[in-house]
Amino acid sequence: MNRRIAKLAAVTFVAGTLALTGCGSRAGNTTTGTSGGAVKIAKIGVIAPLSGDLSALGLGIKNSVDLAIKQANESNAIPGWKLELAAEDDQATPDVGKNAATKLSSDPLVVGVVGTLNSSVAQSVTPVLQPAHIVQVSPANTGPGLTQGNDLTKPSRPYDNYFRTCTTDAVQGPTAATYLLSVGINKVATIHDKKTYGQGLVEAFTKAFTAGGGTIVAAQTINPDDKDFSAVITNVKAAKPAAVYYGGEYPQAGPLSKQMKAAGLNVPLMGGDGIFDPAYVDLAGSAANGDLATSVGAPVETLASAKAFITAYKAAGYKDPYAAYGAQSYDAANAIINALKTSLAKASDAKSARADTVAAMSSVSFDGATGKVAFDKFGDTVSKVITVYKVTNGKWGTEKTLS
Amino acid sequence: MDLFWQQLINGLSLGALYALIAVGYTVVYGIVQLINFAHGEIFMVGAFGAFATWVVMGSPKQMSWQAAVFGLLPAMIVGGMIVSVSVALLTERLAYRPLRDAPRLAPLITAIGISVFLQEVVRLFFGTIPGMPDAKRAIPFPTVTGISGRSFQIGTVTVQNSAVFTIAALAVCTVFLWFFVNRTKTGRAMVATSQDPDTARLMGINVDRVIMSAFAVGAALAAIAGVAHGMRYGNIDFRMGFLAGLKAFTAAVLGGIGNINGAVVGGLVLGVVESMATTFIPGQFGSPAWKDVWAFVLLILVLVFRPQGLLGAKVVDRA
Repeated sequence: MNRRIAKLAAVTFVAGTLALTGCGSRAGNTTTGTSGGAVKIAKIGVIAPLSGDLSALGLGIKNSVDLAIKQANESNAIPGWKLELAAEDDQATPDVGKNAATKLSSDPLVVGVVGTLNSSVAQSVTPVLQPAHIVQVSPANTGPGLTQGNDLTKPSRPYDNYFRTCTTDAVQGPTAATYLLSVGINKVATIHDKKTYGQGLVEAFTKAFTAGGGTIVAAQTINPDDKDFSAVITNVKAAKPAAVYYGGEYPQAGPLSKQMKAAGLNVPLMGGDGIFDPAYVDLAGSAANGDLATSVGAPVETLASAKAFITAYKAAGYKDPYAAYGAQSYDAANAIINALKTSLAKASDAKSARADTVAAMSSVSFDGATGKVAFDKFGDTVSKVITVYKVTNGKWGTEKTLS
Repeated sequence: MDLFWQQLINGLSLGALYALIAVGYTVVYGIVQLINFAHGEIFMVGAFGAFATWVVMGSPKQMSWQAAVFGLLPAMIVGGMIVSVSVALLTERLAYRPLRDAPRLAPLITAIGISVFLQEVVRLFFGTIPGMPDAKRAIPFPTVTGISGRSFQIGTVTVQNSAVFTIAALAVCTVFLWFFVNRTKTGRAMVATSQDPDTARLMGINVDRVIMSAFAVGAALAAIAGVAHGMRYGNIDFRMGFLAGLKAFTAAVLGGIGNINGAVVGGLVLGVVESMATTFIPGQFGSPAWKDVWAFVLLILVLVFRPQGLLGAKVVDRA
């Protein structure tokens, strides 16, 4: 028996060593790539879920960043430099995201990162990127704490390298509350998935909804791994709400809506940008009709400023749609590229330009696909537009744009 | 009181799903003393097999409920069974049989490995089969007219048609299993093998075949559970077997692993406790987030006071 364990340990050790050396040699290759050639190379990283349930959103982010980089290279936006994309999969998991961030920050060519999709992943990614002075611009993190700290009454910025091109839950939740009250719904049940995003959304919603005269008749939570929501639905149904406000993302929200309607709870489910995706309607089926979502910015398709982006995206022939965050990601990448114009101009290599890039971000201001792109002293975007969407006949349609 | 009946129905239908999967754990354990952790994935593969059958039939969408219930549904169940039973027999032949005389830990670790392997195979390669959608995220399960998403009222209690299907399927399977184990030659050979494989072999029983039939029976029931899951939740994905398998394993232990009736009772009890806990335990401990905690508290209590499980193992322990 002992011999067997020893053998097993030996095998594990050898496998581990091989894996480690494998990583080492790969890192070596990238560094040797720097020298050689008159054109210097800088990389913009992407950390987003490229596989798994949320890959529809993640691949849209990656492609949009890729598009911005290609355009910058074609127009020779930064003379003497060529930009490259370094995309890493975070599988929507904090631990995996942290590894991706470690990998990108150890690559001396990386000067900026677009990502993450999930606020919970950003909480473990940003602390890794900050000491390396790599600027991070998220197209989708809506957790208010990432820019304003944990105490929203006394905001203080926790990460000087962190910026975002989307509005936060501090705006999204209250907008949903205002909308529901305006259509005469004042009894709502809340459900969230206990993740940073879902909980933040529900807290902001609850505060604004009760302040506006509404009542929360039930407050429930689910586990993100659950498939069966019948027990939760029974409890919610007993409280007789006129709508359900859900904090979370479409992989759970779609089935939840379907099971709600099947159990006879025929009230609309409303959520944040995390459920605003065609996949939500696929998962919920015909039960989705009448469900509502808020999303950051005005609908990309209706924006004059986004036309060029949409045309270019289609022309580039990406396999996946740009999804909910394509335009924000495109703007995020262009914000980094704009900052790089200043910081790389006098830099000898990519790594030494990192801190200057972070400093240059605060003066970035241009007209992007989603409108004006600029950041306030916390790193939040200056535009605070939210749109309410509704499912009719199996498709998301614009209901109302609020700002 | 309405809430009580509603949660009882919720719990029984959830429990019936656990029970259908739990039988697979218990039958295999009763004969080879192996906890087949890959069984949750057999359930998942069964659901994907049923889905694939629907695609092969030309993805029919609109049909009368008679055609759906008596045509599409049996076809999907049979298709799911063919896939799940084949995969279960392959794992038995290629992974467990070579390890039959190895220490008990070896097949256990192998089972965990197969579980991960099957998940990844479905995730990466299901979409590469011509005609099949990408399985990297949840796939909408075909609608069976008359069952999926339909419900009816008994007083104030809402009963979903898919819940009726799951409970009815469990009842039919339990009767079938009783008949199979007690009245057929193969079934009696299974009992004999579980009691003493060496003597059984001396009496002319083909032990390899008995073990294969144990895997096959478990996989067939798992495929039915897979179809029931698809109709109940409307979606299937490559990870659906993990949690369901864990719960079903808990149900099998709760009822007394190795005992088929125990698996059925354990599944139903687990489902009902989970549902009831969310409504009838006051304060924050009664929130749905705590339902798994109560399920496992129950498991621990049963194991402390009745280590052999609720019904105890009928199988004689040969150690």
